[in-house]
Amino acid sequence: MTATFLILAAITIAGTVATMAMRNLVHCVLALTLGFAGLAALYLQLGAQFVGLTQILVYVGAVAILAVFVIMMTQKPAQTTESIFSSFWLAGSLIAALVFAVLGWAIVSSSTSSRPLPPQAEAAVRPIGDALMHRFVLPLEIMGLLLTAALIGAVVVAMQEKRGTA
Amino acid sequence: MSSLTGYLLVSALIFSIGLAGALTRRSAILVLIGIELMLNAANLNFIAFWRYGPNAQALTGVMFAIFSIGIAAAEAAVGLGIVLAVYRHSKTTELDRMNSMKG
Repeated sequence: MTATFLILAAITIAGTVATMAMRNLVHCVLALTLGFAGLAALYLQLGAQFVGLTQILVYVGAVAILAVFVIMMTQKPAQTTESIFSSFWLAGSLIAALVFAVLGWAIVSSSTSSRPLPPQAEAAVRPIGDALMHRFVLPLEIMGLLLTAALIGAVVVAMQEKRGTA
Repeated sequence: MSSLTGYLLVSALIFSIGLAGALTRRSAILVLIGIELMLNAANLNFIAFWRYGPNAQALTGVMFAIFSIGIAAAEAAVGLGIVLAVYRHSKTTELDRMNSMKG
């Protein structure tokens, strides 16, 4: 429980809470990038450099930008003053609090979590590349196929329908 | 309280915040972002258990996190595309107003 961990955890939690609590959607996504960057720093602190940098590339770089594009294409210029929460917000927050209570109880009472830090576990890029090309080559290919299908599917779903065909 | 407990608690908190956002916000985009946060919390668990696990050389946790990030990216692209398509029909991204099935 070092000071770096506490600072990074505080940044991440603050970013995610701000994401879910702000009114302006663009501000929400800005706070979301802060949360994602904090998570990437946590990965780096755990010794997973490749995952941390992938997190920055994919989430801060791509997913957040995509969300900003969709927000700009759909948001109306006039800001409404009605609530940002839906009509069943009380039940939703109760469920989330209950889930956190159960998870926290399980974590704190578990014997696994009192395990000490094993020395020197680093995921360098070279062994990850070797594993991706040998042991995990089939999942990697399936992932490529899935990403291609998702790309084409997203374009087809979001494409402007021609008049008369729909 | 050990360090692994700290990581797991942070992960549980992020998951709960994402769940609360996905269940309570009105904007469909924010609901998708809440789902992304939940997936990220799972990734943090994968990495933490890999780091504190007995067999770190096998890289299983790291691989799981990498594939999970890829799946999440595909999910975000398709989800936001669906939000755009729904917006074109019903002119809103607020979930309370999406209450008819044949646009």
